[in-house]
Amino acid sequence: MRRLHLGTEGVLAAIIVALCLILGVTTETFLTTQNLFDLLNNQSVNMIFAVGLVVVLIAGGIDISFAVAASVVQYVVMTLLLDHLGGGNWLLGILLSMAVGSLLGLVNAFLIHRFRIVSIIVTIGTFNLYFGLLMVFTGGVSIYDIPDWLYYSVPLIDLPASRGSATLYLPVAVMVVMSLATGFILTRTGFGRAIYGFGSSPEAARRSGVRVGMIHAFAYGWLGLCAGVAGLMQAHIVQEVVPNALIGQELPILAAVVLGGATLGGGRGSVTGALLGVLLLAVVQNGLNLLGVTPYAFRMIVGFIILAAITCSNLDKLLPRRPISQEARS
Amino acid sequence: MDDIALRAERVSKVFGQSRVLDDVSFELRRGEVLCLAGENGCGKSTLIKILNGVYTPEAGATFSFGNATAVSRITPHDARALGIHVIWQDLALFPHLSVAENIVFDDYVASPFRPLSRRAARSEARGVIERLGVPLDPDARVEDLSIARRQLVAICRVLRAGARIVFMDEPTASLTRNEVQTLLEITRSLSAQGISIVFVSHRLSEVLAVCQRVTVLRNGALVGTYSTEGMTQTRLSQLMTGRELTLTPRQAACAGEPVLELRNLSRTGEFEEVSLTLHRGEILGLTGLLGAGRTELAHVLFGMNRPTGGELLKNGKPLTLRSNRDAIRNGIAYVSEDRLHLGLVQNQSINMNTAVTVLDELEKPRGFLSPRRLRELTAEWIQRLGTKVSDAELAVSSLSGGNQQRIVLAKWLATKPDVLILDCPTVGVDVGAKAGIFEIIRQLADEGMSIILISDEAGEIWMNSDRVVVLKAGRVSRELTPNATTEASLEEIINA
Repeated sequence: MRRLHLGTEGVLAAIIVALCLILGVTTETFLTTQNLFDLLNNQSVNMIFAVGLVVVLIAGGIDISFAVAASVVQYVVMTLLLDHLGGGNWLLGILLSMAVGSLLGLVNAFLIHRFRIVSIIVTIGTFNLYFGLLMVFTGGVSIYDIPDWLYYSVPLIDLPASRGSATLYLPVAVMVVMSLATGFILTRTGFGRAIYGFGSSPEAARRSGVRVGMIHAFAYGWLGLCAGVAGLMQAHIVQEVVPNALIGQELPILAAVVLGGATLGGGRGSVTGALLGVLLLAVVQNGLNLLGVTPYAFRMIVGFIILAAITCSNLDKLLPRRPISQEARS
Repeated sequence: MDDIALRAERVSKVFGQSRVLDDVSFELRRGEVLCLAGENGCGKSTLIKILNGVYTPEAGATFSFGNATAVSRITPHDARALGIHVIWQDLALFPHLSVAENIVFDDYVASPFRPLSRRAARSEARGVIERLGVPLDPDARVEDLSIARRQLVAICRVLRAGARIVFMDEPTASLTRNEVQTLLEITRSLSAQGISIVFVSHRLSEVLAVCQRVTVLRNGALVGTYSTEGMTQTRLSQLMTGRELTLTPRQAACAGEPVLELRNLSRTGEFEEVSLTLHRGEILGLTGLLGAGRTELAHVLFGMNRPTGGELLKNGKPLTLRSNRDAIRNGIAYVSEDRLHLGLVQNQSINMNTAVTVLDELEKPRGFLSPRRLRELTAEWIQRLGTKVSDAELAVSSLSGGNQQRIVLAKWLATKPDVLILDCPTVGVDVGAKAGIFEIIRQLADEGMSIILISDEAGEIWMNSDRVVVLKAGRVSRELTPNATTEASLEEIINA
């Protein structure tokens, strides 16, 4: 009952605020515009992945191929742009990334829907397939020669700061746009509510006439689209394309989204929750860095946070129930 | 002549080799509450699915609706246009969505890309809720509601969709007595609004209370349609089963020595200071409203939850149960209330389901499972309980409700218990099979087994118990012997 008033998002936000205050007191640099902006700049890629992934989780599925798919998108798009389109521009880059990303996502959706295979198995398959193809075709070689428009960072907001200036870059704006779009679809369209409905009870949704194929196609396709965009942003930030730069990111992002209230059972989760989940892990990591804790401890602490969070949210199911409820009487 | 909402004639359906519906006619008047009665497997569900557009009937059927011309089948599209809706037993709701969203969900499907406003959905839902006159909060999440409230949500949903004919599949199966009364009142008010309702229920007393007419099917054929005026439960059971069911109240056996004693047993929030004694060869009826602590008490007796106070004695010696494995070792068996989900592994074979409680026994002495002994064990129990099984290697889901219940019983009897706890053993079991199950229970008691029979149905408790304990809000409120009371007064005590 207690959780109902705040909701998972409220609890997460409260924890993040508390952590920020503690870190603000214990370190000199945490609560500076510069550090907070850097936090956002660095996390925008993960956040774009997370808002895509939460859609799949709400629909009751899971996808672990998205990070590798993003690497594939980077390679395909770079090759197309450089070899066939004379370098391209931002608009073309983003559109191509979205298209290739959603295609890769649709492959998952097709296999899951057409052959009724469990999503985790399908995406383990495509995870290996995509990564294998990538390594075979690239020979593991990175692309350093990326187009100029992608190479130079695009500052959005520039504030004077104690040392130099604090700058927010383009990826943050892209993240905001992707989050707003996803949030709009999920909460403000009937289709979005049908995704929740399908995740909540697939059979009930089927009987209500929900087109299950559309739900699958959208969920995995949208995650693919987000992954494509995230891939482009990641290449933009690091100014190169490395085939194994993103592999391994899928589980931490999945953990963050689950922390944000999504479940593997479907029907639950929100864009806000997913963003806050990523943010919480980022604040913890950032704080530990600033406090001088060894980076090796980070994984351990993240693991602990996830276990603690899930345990707490299950506690009320384990404790003996409230005194004979009114519901039994009414 | 009354206004006809739906008339179906010469409806047949063949699945593979078997003719599950044979030349059935069905007529529903406007604003009528009709009961569709029959044992499991008599073709009720098939008929509903044909009328709802899920199945296509064999050629030759005709369907007409009031004045409209007759058609040879109803498509799902027709069914929707005509306002034919089915509320299945599982309700088909979305637990994580709010009440309002569940009620307007069909809009989401119909126009997926129209931007929506939550306020509109809420006021829309509130309108329907008020029309039905029920206490529902449009913002509550369905998963937080009781089954009875969820059912109201399902009713609101079909009302919103413009229902004119509503089929309700076993709507009262998991409701308390008061909730059933509320539902029956709602049913009457819907029928007063001109909506026709078809009620499918195994609880004959409810059927007779709410329905004007009853259509009886047996083995896929129509037995007839009767007015409920002057109809008795006994006569209705006869029509459904085609046989005379003679059930006589149990003659109380003289009590043997105490087997299980509960002394002030409590579990915080569930039940308090329950003291009772179960004797050898006794059937102890445990009843009370849903939520009175019956199942909770059973869970503690079966070691699944630990008591927070009091003590438990088995054959005069204190007994502490750490888990249900402890309980099984100590000769206590519990047949859970949710047979389909908890009692059986539906897609496993009948053999495996019967033997699952005694697999380690069957491994003795050689340490691996002997398929031959497993088959023998199943065969023995199938025979002893009179289960109708064509092949014990088939999935248990291939059996009818009554036969599944026998497999659940067999599975627990195989552990050779001396205390058997039965939690609502006849929910969803039809009249004929019910009688069979009680015959088995009585015989087990005569052979010396001590039985705790949990049930809502005053009738079956009264007929089959040597002694009755009524729980109320977690406490023992009455203890009585059926001989000293009548079925009606027992019913009153339970609901008081």
